Amino acid sequence: MDRRKFLEVAALGTASSLFNWRAVAKSKSDHLLIVAEMNANSLDTHTVGANRATYGLVWMTYDRLMQFGTRTLPNGVQRYDYFDLKPQLAESWEMAPDNSAVTFKLRKDVTFHDGAPMSARDVKWSFDRFVKVGGFPQRQMEQGSLTDVDQFEVVDDYTFRVKLLRSDKLTMPSLAIVVPNIYNSELCKKNATAADPWALEWTKNNSAGTGAFKVESFKSGEQVVLARFGGWKGGSMPAVERVMYRSVAAAGTRRALVERADADISPDLPPREVADLIASRKFNVESAPMANTLKYMALSTITKPFDDVRVRQAIAYAIPYQKVIDSSVFGRAEPMFGASSNAPTDISWPQAFPYGHDPDKAKALLGQAGLASGFETKLFFDAQAATIDEPAALVIQDALGKIGVRMSIEKLPDFAARRSQKNWPMAIDIFGAWFDDPDFFFRWIWHGQNTVWNVASYNNPEMDQLLNAARQERDSAAYAVLVKKFIRLAMTDVPVIPLYQPILDVVAQRDTKGYVYMFHRQVDARTLYRT
Amino acid sequence: MSTGSLGGTILRRLVLGLPTLAGVIVVSFILTRLLPGDPAVYFAGAAPTAEAIAELRKTLLLDHSLWDQFVAYLVQLARGDLGRSLVTGQPVVKDLSLRFPATLELTGTALALALSVAVPLGIAGALRKGRAIDHICRIVSTMALSMPAFFTGLLLVFVFYYLLGLAPAPLGRVDPMAFPLPDRTGFILMDAILAWDWSNFRDGLAHLVLPAFALALAGIGPLTRVTRGAMLAVLTSDFIRAARSYDMPRWRLVYVYALRNAMLPVLTTSGFVFSFLISANVVVEKVFSWPGIGSYALEALVASDYAAVQGFVLAVATLYVLINIAIDILYGIVDVRVRLAG
Repeated sequence: MDRRKFLEVAALGTASSLFNWRAVAKSKSDHLLIVAEMNANSLDTHTVGANRATYGLVWMTYDRLMQFGTRTLPNGVQRYDYFDLKPQLAESWEMAPDNSAVTFKLRKDVTFHDGAPMSARDVKWSFDRFVKVGGFPQRQMEQGSLTDVDQFEVVDDYTFRVKLLRSDKLTMPSLAIVVPNIYNSELCKKNATAADPWALEWTKNNSAGTGAFKVESFKSGEQVVLARFGGWKGGSMPAVERVMYRSVAAAGTRRALVERADADISPDLPPREVADLIASRKFNVESAPMANTLKYMALSTITKPFDDVRVRQAIAYAIPYQKVIDSSVFGRAEPMFGASSNAPTDISWPQAFPYGHDPDKAKALLGQAGLASGFETKLFFDAQAATIDEPAALVIQDALGKIGVRMSIEKLPDFAARRSQKNWPMAIDIFGAWFDDPDFFFRWIWHGQNTVWNVASYNNPEMDQLLNAARQERDSAAYAVLVKKFIRLAMTDVPVIPLYQPILDVVAQRDTKGYVYMFHRQVDARTLYRT
Repeated sequence: MSTGSLGGTILRRLVLGLPTLAGVIVVSFILTRLLPGDPAVYFAGAAPTAEAIAELRKTLLLDHSLWDQFVAYLVQLARGDLGRSLVTGQPVVKDLSLRFPATLELTGTALALALSVAVPLGIAGALRKGRAIDHICRIVSTMALSMPAFFTGLLLVFVFYYLLGLAPAPLGRVDPMAFPLPDRTGFILMDAILAWDWSNFRDGLAHLVLPAFALALAGIGPLTRVTRGAMLAVLTSDFIRAARSYDMPRWRLVYVYALRNAMLPVLTTSGFVFSFLISANVVVEKVFSWPGIGSYALEALVASDYAAVQGFVLAVATLYVLINIAIDILYGIVDVRVRLAG
């Protein structure tokens, strides 16, 4: 081959490969490609540092004794129903009359991905594991009063009992989250070492569950390919055969992939792109308010002048809430302002606070507090959320300037690490909880136990008393009374001013259906299908 | 120069590189600790309690004194162990060995692309000084230099993928749904050649073109300017005038004698540009979801993943030392004077 001929062939080869590629990609219609900024960094939620994407992955590769049911949101989108626990690997369960234990009858036909049958011994080993491994799994299950291996008992091959230490309404829902996964105990034990008795090193890169999908290949942080498990017993068989989760860091690239229909779903496009794509009407955008999640501004109650409730209320009246929502998340949020009174009519959470943009009222309140001439203060926010929080901070700065409050803005790259220092006069923060019970959410932010999330350093004995009582209360009517009381107290005391409830927008192709919003906010491929 | 002395030169240069690496080890250790952020908070889960954070700090050995941590790190290094990344959960050595070839393949291709555009352009500019081609040369190099790689990357994706549909989806090095190649060298093109697999070779090449071009643009500017400047200087020097007076054929004069001498600064600049392109990789990798070390380092930095950041810095420092040695050796081959000075 002479030189010219070679060059011709080479050039043709390159060009034709560029053209052919798309035809090849289109033929793979039985597969789903889901692109997100983050991808799983482990195949097991029990390993140290497992990220949010891992939660979503383990949700599909493992099963649990129980699972949440679903309900439909007003806009037609499906979401999990926290208050509707359904069987998964357990066939049924029975609470002891004195609430001292719950006994699970297990399904007898369940096998792990390697074909080994599942029995109560696997369940016992799995439960012991989350108590023993420390770190996130142990801390998370503590919230549901599941703390001791002696609580878990194998009655027979297919009967498993959990002894309850106290009456705790979080115990049962705790068994349906992404920690109490049922592991193939024999397989794990085979791969355990003296230094690593729970085989965490192995499960980090290998999967040992009964879930709807098997892990076909895994490149940590980069991509995961899942293949449907034909022997799945934990629910109705998924429609898709293979799913690829792929990390695509640049939001612009994710959008291009979705618009070219090369990717089927992107669950984390920035609000601005989502607003564009909704306007284009070419996509199936599934929008659900993030359950139990609030973006808010905390005012430090131990810092002057925010120790004065009138000043806090003045700030709450000074914020132009709609403008904050429009400029920071392009309207993709549920408003949390403008309730008609500070007496909650129901116990739904989060719910709107009785404030709105009213500069005159704000000025009057400042005057009453002796600060008619205003004051200087500082607002902190997380640099990692800057695209969303910076516009909000600027809008708030401008609005506070109009009532004489001169606020400077500080963007912190190590916001999360410095949260526990509690020395910010004002801060924009976000909190999300896995449990729907309002008292659980409140415990993190308004309780005097002062968790890292209580950035306002709020400490009110009355609040603590209400929250402690609500935690114990089993009677739903009495519980509702308590919830209304503590919500009302949070509204009038306003150490924390809700800005909005974020919306999770999942952009899918028109023909890709079946999305269900899950508490872990990752895309669950088990219910997805193509029309 | 005999081969023995070449080996001696390499050895001498390697030894001279060691203090640099020792410095890098110390500085990268201190810098990661000085940076804002706390890995224990980052990895403590969605709603960490103070105890959970303290417990994790213990697990990660962050409760020891800095000095103890440093000694432990040195002991680890001596065993060839770079520690374990928290972000990926894998040993850093494994992560880097998987990702380094991706970065090198991209950067190497980009540098080759940049040279193949810049050197002819620079020579043409120098030979036709002040004429149209010289102006084109200046405009191209200024434009290439002034566009950030992130922007050109997104622009290329927009035009060639989004609008025209000519390029494959910017999803890394190969079609993610394709049958994976046996991994021999980690370089997709080389693996494809070794496996005699032309469809994968084409796929890999198609995926490489846009990111390599986006990256190459960043290098074209300086390389063109340096080539042009060096050629001009050489063409006006005494030995060329002397050669001209002997009526030497023009092609021989320009392409053998002048070009060879003008290559020295171009070579030095190529070294700089290669190093610079490695850092520019970070953004290009992000746009094209390229699984290289740039995106890896960025993620590790955000998460204060000490082991991964230190491993990355050390690996890149080693690469820089090696590049410098390679350039010194090439110098010796191109320039007789260096060889004589030995």
